[in-house]
Order: sequence, then structure tokens, then C-alpha cells
Amino acid sequence: MIPDAMLTMLQDHLRDYLSLPVRTMRAMPVPEGSYERNRNQYNSTRILREILTETPADAIKIVGVIDKDLCIPILTFVFGEAQLGGVASIVSIARLRQEFHGLFPDDGILFDRLVKEALHELGHNFGLIHCHDRECIMYLSNTVRDVDRKRSTYCGSCDSALYLKSEPWRA
Amino acid sequence: MEPKVNILIVDDEEIVRESLASWLKEDGYEVEAAENGARALERLPAKDWNLAMVDLKMPGMDGIQLMDEIRKARPETIVIIMTAYATVDTAVQAMKKGAYDYIVKPFNPEDLSMTIRKIIEHQKLVKENLYLRKELKKQYRLHDMVSKNHKMIEIFELVKTVAKSNSIVLVQGESGTGKELLSRAIHMESPRKDEPFVSVSCVALTESLLESELFGHEKGAFTGADQARSGKIELAKNGTLFLDEIGDISLKLQMDLLRVLEQREFQRVGGNQMIPINSRIIAATNRDLKKAIEEGRFREDLYYRLNVISVHIPPLRVRKEDIPLLVEHFVDRFNIEMGKNVEGVVESAMRLLMDYSWPGNARELRNVIERAMVVTKGRMILDADLSLPQAPGVSESRGKSLSEMEKEHIRQVLKENRWNIIRSAQVLGIDRVTLYNKIRKYELKKEQVLNT
Repeated sequence: MIPDAMLTMLQDHLRDYLSLPVRTMRAMPVPEGSYERNRNQYNSTRILREILTETPADAIKIVGVIDKDLCIPILTFVFGEAQLGGVASIVSIARLRQEFHGLFPDDGILFDRLVKEALHELGHNFGLIHCHDRECIMYLSNTVRDVDRKRSTYCGSCDSALYLKSEPWRA
Repeated sequence: MEPKVNILIVDDEEIVRESLASWLKEDGYEVEAAENGARALERLPAKDWNLAMVDLKMPGMDGIQLMDEIRKARPETIVIIMTAYATVDTAVQAMKKGAYDYIVKPFNPEDLSMTIRKIIEHQKLVKENLYLRKELKKQYRLHDMVSKNHKMIEIFELVKTVAKSNSIVLVQGESGTGKELLSRAIHMESPRKDEPFVSVSCVALTESLLESELFGHEKGAFTGADQARSGKIELAKNGTLFLDEIGDISLKLQMDLLRVLEQREFQRVGGNQMIPINSRIIAATNRDLKKAIEEGRFREDLYYRLNVISVHIPPLRVRKEDIPLLVEHFVDRFNIEMGKNVEGVVESAMRLLMDYSWPGNARELRNVIERAMVVTKGRMILDADLSLPQAPGVSESRGKSLSEMEKEHIRQVLKENRWNIIRSAQVLGIDRVTLYNKIRKYELKKEQVLNT
């Protein structure tokens, strides 16, 4: 389960950062059939499909937050997945937790990472692709080290691209 | 913009196609997917595929067979074989048949990113190499002159032909376009190349001085002529006499010169012995001689005498494609002269050089590069190392509307601040939102910066 307090903080952070209205939905059950028994992981593409069916009519974007370890068939794991230029994305906190890497739990660090990955996936939803700037949120992170090295903001050009692409909904 | 990288995924499992395509698209690749070998082959002609990621086990045509077909149809496309069940046999077979890699699902995302980037980087280098080889062939060199402008190449070809003859050549072109260099090239291409090349600048001397400079003088010919001296025409012997700025000589000297050219012999000043001319004559001017004739400042008969073979060198501003080539040429040269190790010019500085109008032509460019090579601290010449008289754009402000100026100014400020919106907005004295609005209004885009 994702702690409610963390979701509220995430909601407020996304609202303030993107200047868009954000609300939190009731938790969805993890879709049956997304579990990959032999890998003990969940298929993020299948979950994404399920999220799409649950998207409210007035939502322009929807981000799922899950505490299960996600994967896609070709990759050993993913931190998240998004439809490029689409509506839905998903972020897993499983590997963002310090304890996954044998360290003491730290909610502060976890929240920082969650914010970065949620903004990263949302960036994809708004049509942004990976950025070459290692400190930009849109840089491809394959490890938590990559995530921690990124700032919690987009670089200048990703920021302007996102601003322009999200503007129709800001008014 | 960098060219799009096209990736074709071939896998019979829909979820694999979908998830892999989605993951690759996030990295900015153009991705298409096919569910079997036959469908994949149908798609091959549509695009220049950089990479095909092919599943080993598929109903119908398997991955190895498909790879064979791809390699026949598109040998430049790199193929990666994917499989969930690795065996040494299939891996060996795949690699032997020419697969770039053989990967076992699931794959570590870091490794897959790295593999694909390596492939793209490799392909880019191969393409760049091909391109550069092609460019190298296109570029043309004539002694100390380089160009890839078609007009200049025609001139170079002409020079090689006329060099064999003894005809007078008239070289016209703005100052700094390389009239003397071209004349030297004619000399070097001619059978006279081992004889002297003698250059006379007609503009630098007064009429009487020029006369004695050209023809020489006998002892006592005029005050101060305490000994006899050979003129430049004599010094040129069987070589080439280059008369620079011929448009600037006086009418009297024009008449003398005409007579000399027609009779192919002359006398020293104060002398009475006729001396034959054996040298080849090349004249050059930056003036419009036809106009000078109309204005009565240049003799028409001399013009026709000189204008046997006429070469007109175009100014640098109409052959800007030569700027990078010339820059490279000058950098190489000054590296040797100054014992430096400068590699070139950063892209933004090159853009400044390309934007400038070069009234002083290649000579001015050479001077700018020489100065930049002296002041630059690193291996690359930066914007700040260039001393161009005016910022580009400013000189062309006439005829531009206010909004065009605004667009240009915003573009410039953004560039200078590396598209840092907050800093640029501060410099411009407007808020961030206004800047965003203007960026959108003028459709400004961040330009790709080369990694230098």
C-alpha cells in the first residue's frame, strides 16, 4: 500500500509544480493477470491498459502509483511506464525504497524519488522524450543512482516544451 | 535536428511488442512492430531501418531466417536476436549469421540502453565517415586556394587550362578574394613555375615611381637615380609578372603599358635600348573596369588588351559554403605557423562566422582566424575569440520589422543563456510567462549543440 500522506504530498507537489488541478482517486486493485509468476513481478504494460479503462472522463492525464515491482517482458524491471503523448502512466515505488537496496527506510528520500519519477512519466504523457541532460527529470534513469543525480525539475528546454504542451489545460 | 532513428520490433507476442515499443519511444526512437517475419519483410522498404529487434522463436519464419532476409534486403540494418530460452547453439548460430547481438529476455534496462546507444553511435560514425569522404572528394584545392563552390571549381579548372598558354589573364574580384593567390596558382601550374613570380602593386606608388618600378631606369635618369636599376618587368624574366590593382594606374602609364604589351618590348626610364618581354602577364583589379572606361578613367584599348582571358572571383558572401573549409584551412596553417594545436571552431562561433557578411572576403576571414588562434586558450575557438566588427544581425537591421528584431533579439538572448528561461527573462526584463508566450509566438526552438 502507498501511505495516504505520501499520495497527498505528491498531489500537492504536482499541482504546485505543474499549475494544474490534481486529485487522488480511490485505489484500484492490482489487475489480475498482470502478475508474472516466474519473475515474481508485475507487468506494467498490462496494468497501464487497466488504468486506461478506469480513467475518468475529465482527466487529461492519469498516473498510477504502485508498490509492486514492475517489469516488461524484455526488461528485468522498470521504474515506471508511460504512453508517450498519451493519457496514462504508472510509477512503482518498490525499487525507489532504500530498503530494496539493503538500506534503512527513508520516507524523505522515497518521496523525492517518487516525485521525480512521477514528473518523468507525466513528461512522457505530455509528449516529452528522454533528455540528454543528466540532471533533467527527463533523463532516462536505469538505477536509483540515476534518479538521485537528477534534480527535481526539468531542464530549460524540457520545461518550456512541457509548458507549451500543457498550456491548453492551464487556463 | 538529429535524424530519426528507426527501430523495427518483430515478435509474435503482442505484450512484448507493445511494451518494448513504448520503452523505446520514450527514448525518442521511431518504433514500428510486426507480429511475424512476413509482415516484417513487408515493412522493410518503407524506411531506413537502423535496427531490427527480432524474436528467435516465431511461428512461420523464425528469427534467424528473417535475419537472413533482412541482411539481403537492407545490409545496413543491424539485427539483434531476442529470445527467452537461450541455448549456446542458437546464440552461436545467430552471431555467425551476422546478428549484432543475441539477448536473453528479460534484459537489464541499463545494458539494453547501452547496447542500442552503441549501435546508433556506431551507425552515426559510419554515416559521418561516408559523408566526410564524399565531401572531401567534392572539395577542391588549387595550391593555396580551397573551395567547394561550383563557380570557384570552374575557375580552378580554367586556371589549369590557361596556365599552359602565354595569354594575358585579367583577374577581377573584390579585395581579399584571393586574386594574387589565383595568379600565383596560374604561375605554379604553368611551365614557368621555376622562373620568378614578380608582383607589382600599382596602387602603392606614385606615377613616376611606378614607371621606374616597372621599367627600371638608367643611371642619372632622374634626381636620385645614382645607378642603373632593372624594373620588375625585367626581373620577371621568363616567369610571371603580376600587376596588381591595374585599375588604379594613371592614364599616361596606361598608354605606356599598352604600347609595351603590344610591342612586347620596352625601354628603361632614361634609356634607349629596347628590352624584350619574355614574361607572362597577369593583371588584377578590384575595380569595375567597364565603369572606369565609361567614366574616362581607364583606356578601353588597354582593357581589351588585358581582357584576353578573364577570371572573376566571386566574393565570400556568395559562397558561404567555403567558410568552414577556409576556416579549417587557416586553422591548419596557423597551427603549423604558431606551433599550436587548435582543433577548430565551436558550432556557435562557426554560426557567427557564417552569418557575417565578410566585406574583406577570405583575407578578412584569415585575419579573424589568426587573431582568434592567438587569443584562444583552449583547443577550440570560441565566440569570444572572434573579433567581428559587428554582432551578426545588427548590420542587417535595415528593412526588418520591429517584431523580426524582437524575435532575433530573444533568440540571441536565449542562446547566450543556453535556453535558461529564468535567466533569459531577467536579461530581457520580462517575466517567465511572457517569455514563454513570445517563444511560442515566434516558434523559437532550442538549436542542437554539438558536443565539442
